[in-house]
Formats: sequence, structure tokens, C-alpha cells
Amino acid sequence: MQRYYKKWAPIFLAPLLICFIGAFLVPFFMGVFFSFTKYRTIRDFSFNGVSNFVDAFGKGSTFWHALGMTVAFVCVSVILINVFALALALLLTKGLKGSAFFRSLFFMPNLIGGIVLGWIWNLILNGFLMSLGTNLYAKPAYGFWGLVLVTCWQQVGYMMVIYIAALMNVPVELTESAQIDGANKWQTIKNVTIPMIVPAITICTFLTLTNGFKLFDQNLALTGSSVPEDQLLALDIYQTMFNNAAGNMGIGQAKALVFFLIVAAISGLQVFLSRKKEVQA
Amino acid sequence: MAEEKKQEKQQNAPVAENAAAVTLQKGGKDRSIKNSKIVGNVFTYIVLVLAAGLVFFPLLVVFMNSFKAKLYISTSPFTFPTAETFVGFTNYVTGIKQSDFFSSLLNSLLITVCSTMLILILCSMAAWFLTRVQTWWTKVIYYVIIFSMIVPFQMVMLPLAGVAGILKLKNVWGIILIYVGFGAGLSTFMYSGFVKGVPVDIEESAMIDGCNPLQTFFHVVFPVMKPTTITIAILNVMWIWNDYLLPYQVLGTTKGKTTLPVAIQIAMQGGYGDVNMGGFMAMIVLTIIPVIVFYLFGQKYIIKGVISGAVKG
Repeated sequence: MQRYYKKWAPIFLAPLLICFIGAFLVPFFMGVFFSFTKYRTIRDFSFNGVSNFVDAFGKGSTFWHALGMTVAFVCVSVILINVFALALALLLTKGLKGSAFFRSLFFMPNLIGGIVLGWIWNLILNGFLMSLGTNLYAKPAYGFWGLVLVTCWQQVGYMMVIYIAALMNVPVELTESAQIDGANKWQTIKNVTIPMIVPAITICTFLTLTNGFKLFDQNLALTGSSVPEDQLLALDIYQTMFNNAAGNMGIGQAKALVFFLIVAAISGLQVFLSRKKEVQA
Repeated sequence: MAEEKKQEKQQNAPVAENAAAVTLQKGGKDRSIKNSKIVGNVFTYIVLVLAAGLVFFPLLVVFMNSFKAKLYISTSPFTFPTAETFVGFTNYVTGIKQSDFFSSLLNSLLITVCSTMLILILCSMAAWFLTRVQTWWTKVIYYVIIFSMIVPFQMVMLPLAGVAGILKLKNVWGIILIYVGFGAGLSTFMYSGFVKGVPVDIEESAMIDGCNPLQTFFHVVFPVMKPTTITIAILNVMWIWNDYLLPYQVLGTTKGKTTLPVAIQIAMQGGYGDVNMGGFMAMIVLTIIPVIVFYLFGQKYIIKGVISGAVKG
């Protein structure tokens, strides 16, 4: 059977592989290569060893500040998004009338794209700060918390939906017997419900974590290049590629390579943690 | 549903009993249980309504401002349009004209629909083949495709734009092929997760009946995959419709030759003449409307899709 199938490989695989190799695989290896070159265009480059990395991470580099901002942003947003999402999910699984309506409503912001969202909140936050006699670009802190607000507004509903699905699967017998044993509501949630939804918590934590690290569109639209202090890693890399004096995009490419390694490490950790859990279960 | 209600009664019981002990002299035990439950529910509803207000507020602000004259958008963004500030549909007319809105909308629709359909067909075929034929090279291909999921776009952005230029793919049809290449990771991964659970018996009997693998796939396997196909379609539509950097790099910023998110970003940066705030608000409203319509019709599938997508991804 397998031998017979194999003859059909070109028909089943070739169309996808051509697109994949052209759009991803070749550009990926070129990207790795260009990190080590002085790179102006795809035809104009010269090998220059590790000097891009020296420029990208050495003195005067904006990378470390952007990395610090990103880590701070990720910590705050992961916690806030998950706490709000879980709280809403708990309220919406009490069996109240209208729960389905609220669930649909809270999920909706996810469908609006990052650029549009960033500009909507840019207008609102600017309007609000204007009435206080200042604006969004006045202090880096405004842009930072603005970005936290935007991502919470967008992602809480998404994570909430995942938490609701997990909460629905917690057997009623478990919570009931905890109640009979005299646990109050909070104790039941803390000691019975939460341990039962650990897989969902892991999924949501990693989703918000990688979303936070890769965040670009919202950052670009909300404060963009107006407040360089507010640039997270993805935007910093982008700015380095297109706005450097020497016109050498290799420096940005070198940052992108390190950025890729960070994101890959997070994904690797996620796979490792979920595998480990599978073995235990 | 009945079970949920029962569960909730049970959860509320101890709290209610505490309250009952305090208020025993005042009313009956039954009534105070009922009261504390009502108080809890009222509190829940207050929180939910406040949260709903937070979701609605930004959309309402944009909608209101799309009917206001430019000056009033920046001076008083949070008020309803009044006789003085109201400009009717002027903003819609100027916004559409200034950014060639409908060309961008058409591009966005065409790219999203065609890319998603191609991704569904090509990835399901590849995933089925890679799962059924287990040799060293199918494993290598599978893992290389999966690997693309963890690579951030910034890593491939510049070389991709270069390659696309050389291959003459910097147009609406070219970007569709690029999306197929980028969408391959997640979609192949999710399809192959599903194929692993499909028994080979039906496929084998189709073969014995004289179907070749291509016929077997489209007559037997693809219809069985329908739930996964819906999920993957939704995840891809959400991604491609809202994507910014890829069309920005590949299609450029020429008016009418790009997608909606790019058009909005460029309009806001003053790339299409002066920044027309009113026209911009109108464009945002027009951009959000198709999304909301899509959501109203497909929300059941969308939410389901997100859940299964998250659990597998």
C-alpha cells in the first residue's frame, strides 16, 4: 500500500512544497546568511563576519532597552489577561441567563486587526489625555500602559473562551463533594477547579507569552516611531532594518536571528512542559 | 443545562447557609438563601454589563466620530455628534475617495478567500500523504513544515521581499502563493493531527473498489475532515484578513494596490495626502462592518474553531 502511495508523492506534496520552499525555507536560510553580511539589497551584499552582531548588541544598541520593555510588557500582560479571562470565565459558567450572549460579545475584539485596534485606542487615549492637558506621546509610561490596555482589550475574550471550555469539562461531582465537605466557594475554586484546568492555564499562558513577544501591529499603530522608548522587540528590529544610517539591513537581520532564537526557546519550553504532563497523565 | 443549575445551587449553598444563620430571626431560612443568591447574581450581572460596556465603548467612539467634522474629532472625541458637529456622510465620501477604499477592500477579500481555499486543499492533501506514508523523507518534510510555525515573520521578511521581487510575485496573485507557504505550518500540523485519528479501513476499501489515491482523498478523506477544515479556515481568515507586515512588504503602499490594514496605516501616516481624521474614522467603521457580519453568521464555528485550534496548537 505505502509503495503504491509513494508514486503519488509529487501530486500530493509538490504544490505545497513549492510555495513553502519559495516563501519560507529559502528566505529563512537567506535571512540566517544575511545576518553575517553587509546587506543593502538582495543583490548587493558583502560578508562582514560578526560585525552586525557587534553593532546590534554593542554600545548604543537599542536592543537591550527593547528587550527590557518586551519582558516587562509580557509579564504584565500575561498576568492581567489570564486573571481577567479566568474571572470572566468563572462568572459565565455559573449558568446565568445571557451567558452565551456575553461570551460572544467578549470574544468579538479578537476579530479586529492589530493596526485598526492600535489606531482606535490611539484616538481614545489621546482624547482622554488631551482633556488632562497632555498626550499619548508625552511620557513612555503612557504608551506602555496604553499597549497593555489594548492587548488586554483584544485578548481577554480569546483566553476566556478557552477557559470556559476547560471549566465545562470539570466534573460536577468534584465540586459538589468539595461543597459537601464544607469548602466555601473560594476554596472550591482554588483547590478543586483551578487544579483541574491546569492544561488550559498552560495553553493560555504560552499563547499570551508568544503573542506578547511577537506583538508588532498594535505597537506600530499606537505609538510607533513617535515614542522610541515604547518600541518592543519586533518593532525595534523593524526600525533597525529600515532606519539605520549605513543602510545596512544586516544589523536588523542579526537582531531578527536572536529574536527568532528567543521565540524558539519559548516554544521549545512549551513543547517540553506539555510532553512532560502527558507522561504523568 | 439542568446540571449546571444544580451545580450552581450546590456552590451557593454554604455561603447562603452562613447568611441564613445571621438573618434567621428576620426572615425564614428559605427566603435568605434566595436573597443571597439574588445578590450574588446581581453582582455578577453588574460586572458583566460593565465589561460589555468596555468592549462597546471604543467601537461607539469611532462610530460617533465618523459623523463629526474633523476639528471636533480631536477637541471633543467622546461626545455624540450635535447639530453643529454633525457632517452626515461627508467623511465616508472623502475617506473612500482619498484611500481608494473599495479597491483595497476587494484586494483584501480576494487575497483572504483565495489563500484560505488554497491552504485548505494543499495542506490537507500534504498532511494526509505525510501521515499515511511513513518513511524518513516524509518525516523530514513534516518536521521542516512544522518548524516554520515558530519562526517570527521579521526573520524572513527582507529576503522574502527580495525573492518575491525576483520571481515577480509582488502582486495580488503572487501574495496568495506566499500566504500558502506561510500558512503551511499551522494548517498541515492541525490536519495531520486529525488524520492520525481517522481509521485507514475506509480508505483501503475505497482503493480496493478502484479509486486511485487522489480519488480516495477527495471522495473519502476530505469530507470526513470537514470539522477540522472549518476550524482551519477560520484561523486562516482571521490571520490573513488582519495581516499587515506581509502585504506591506510584498504589495507596497501604492493607493488601491494593497490591502485594508496597509491602506489604513498609510492613510493615518499621511501617505495619501493630509491626515483626514473624519475620513479615517469612516474607513475604520467600514473595515469593522464586514468582520462583524462574518462573526454574526459564523460565531458558533469561530468560537469552536478557536478552542480546538488552541488545544491542538
